[in-house]
Amino acid sequence: MTTRIDTRFAELKKQGRAAFVTYVMAGDPDPTTSLEIVKALPKAGSDVIELGIPFTDPMADGPSIQAAGLRALKVGMTLKKTLDLVRGFRKVDNVTPLVLMGYYNPIYIYGVDKFLADAKSSGVDGLIIVDLPPEEDDELCIPALKAGLNFIRLATPTTDDKRLPAVLTNTSGFVYYVSIAGITGAAAADANVVGQAVARIKRHTGLPICVGFGIRTPEAARAIAEKADGSVVGTALVDALKNSLDAEGRATAKTVNAVAELTAALAQGVKAAKQAAE
Amino acid sequence: MNIAKPNSYRSGPDERGHFGIFGGRFVAETLMPLILDLEKAYTAAKADPAFQAEMNGYLKNYVGRPSPLYFAERLTEHLGGAKIYLKREELNHTGSHKVNNVLGQIMLARRMGKKRIIAETGAGQHGVATATLCARFGLECVVYMGAVDVERQQPNVIRMEMLGAKVFPVQSGTRTLKDAMNEALRDWVTNVHNTFYCIGTVAGPHPYPTLVRDFQSIIGNETKTQMQEVEGRLPDSLVACIGGGSNAMGLFHPFLDDPSVEIFGVEAAGHGLTQLHAASIAGGRPGVLHGNRTYLLMDADGQIQDAHSISAGLDYPGIGPEHSWLHEVGRVNYLSATDDEALAAFQLLSKLEGIIPALEPAHAIAKVMELAPKRPKDHLMVVNLSGRGDKDVPQVGDILRGKSK
Ligand SMILES: Cc1ncc(COP(=O)(O)O)c(C=O)c1O
Repeated sequence: MTTRIDTRFAELKKQGRAAFVTYVMAGDPDPTTSLEIVKALPKAGSDVIELGIPFTDPMADGPSIQAAGLRALKVGMTLKKTLDLVRGFRKVDNVTPLVLMGYYNPIYIYGVDKFLADAKSSGVDGLIIVDLPPEEDDELCIPALKAGLNFIRLATPTTDDKRLPAVLTNTSGFVYYVSIAGITGAAAADANVVGQAVARIKRHTGLPICVGFGIRTPEAARAIAEKADGSVVGTALVDALKNSLDAEGRATAKTVNAVAELTAALAQGVKAAKQAAE
Repeated sequence: MNIAKPNSYRSGPDERGHFGIFGGRFVAETLMPLILDLEKAYTAAKADPAFQAEMNGYLKNYVGRPSPLYFAERLTEHLGGAKIYLKREELNHTGSHKVNNVLGQIMLARRMGKKRIIAETGAGQHGVATATLCARFGLECVVYMGAVDVERQQPNVIRMEMLGAKVFPVQSGTRTLKDAMNEALRDWVTNVHNTFYCIGTVAGPHPYPTLVRDFQSIIGNETKTQMQEVEGRLPDSLVACIGGGSNAMGLFHPFLDDPSVEIFGVEAAGHGLTQLHAASIAGGRPGVLHGNRTYLLMDADGQIQDAHSISAGLDYPGIGPEHSWLHEVGRVNYLSATDDEALAAFQLLSKLEGIIPALEPAHAIAKVMELAPKRPKDHLMVVNLSGRGDKDVPQVGDILRGKSK
């Protein structure tokens, strides 16, 4: 089975360039603006969209993404409305891969089977669920693969060669390498160190490897894109969104553009990268 | 419920850390290798007599164990039913049962070569115990505490600082224990290479619920021996309060396979079960948070709800996974006590026995006040007095003075 994610990475490979992966929180700062932002991302140069599922207790995220989730929850965002948002996006874009990223509890409460059916039919391509390591694959990963969704696993600096095969076994779409041991929004990793880690993972898998955590600028996105198959940016976009809000935390006329402009600048950085020879 | 009764209630968890459907390891990949290392280190330590011998030395001479099993004669007379015994965990060094577990984990951290210890704390008792043992063994100590709890448990904040710990008031979320736990997990993810996370209750990813239970089981094991000495038989019932459930599990576990022993866990009902409370079993359902599946307070969308209790140590929207399982298999009865009931019990025990309890075990005493009068005079009831009330004196003093005005 070929998914939108597979197709997109095959195209990029043909073009000889890395992917630019963007993360935004569903429903931040409100569902309508959020849909406009998601629609604007591919036009501004995003190759793959990660859409955060809001959760009260995002243990692996820093203050920016936690605040984004709480803003969304405050205006009534739910998992169901997150899927509605994806459906809205699919009305205008049927090619850009979209991955939901979040924590397990909202999905568990929604019901795994119902969630997978609804996610698939709304146009979701893959899942990144931070608190489901391979040890808990029976919960969601294996049913998701059966339902035709990619399950994208995080590999981290603590994932050594002995553990990597376990992490990669049921991974599909791409591998998300977390460049630092830490939370989102933390300091950036050294691109050369990341390059070594990517090379190490490549010895275990043929899947594309995208790198995230700590990338904020076009220069950093470019440096990572020279070492990996994709650069992921989240916190910087969430911060740009937040800085465009009014004093009450509501969207302004600037909000959609603030995210789109930074996306365009970062995309330029990624496109300027010279891909490492494989 | 159609849940098969196990041959033993004491054999869990399975090798993947599950008690029935509860427990497990729901954490970010960064932490998994650490958690697997911890499990290995704990298995090795458990099998090493030198580890046990070293712990026993500190338990006796530093913590002050065994803690007495005290017959509360005046409380018994007042309630007019069961003979009530108090397991005096409040007499431990640092003032609560938390020190039993912290000693075990610090010994493990030392074996693993970790020099930096982090902990989360609600009432501050776990933080104080951790700060104390870090001082004793010369380890760096960082304690995360919700900003709300920093306010209401000032005496413990000052104690931790005197002991050399850094206390971080957590401003995110509801600014109580659950947020302190999130923040501790974030620190751990960031500093995995040199940091040991000392969890304060029987919750979190496997193997924490098991190792904390094992370290706390000394409470029940001593109770068994002591009751045999004074009464020549097993107790008829056990009562303990539940935040995450470590003092309760410590008392209960050695008795789970003794069918004659009735067991009661008491959750915090706050303003009442239909209002703000912290009773995860009475008012929650199974979900996944902080590394384990267990009963949680949450809304219809799986978002975690605010807990409320007058007692900072019980103010948590979850409960240890083994308790969730014991509830579903029906071995333990989970009850709840409101803020007001706990306050009344706090005053009753202080006045009748000259023992000022912490607000946490005051919840257990509140249910003893209901249960004991309905039991015959030869019924032996043990209540876990998990901590002393020094930390609560300013808070309760304000409430009582406010009421008398
Ligand atoms: C004295 C005392 N008892 C009980 C508790 C609740 O924790 P647990 O349920 O793990 O025993 C606390 C927690 O801070 C405490 O300080």
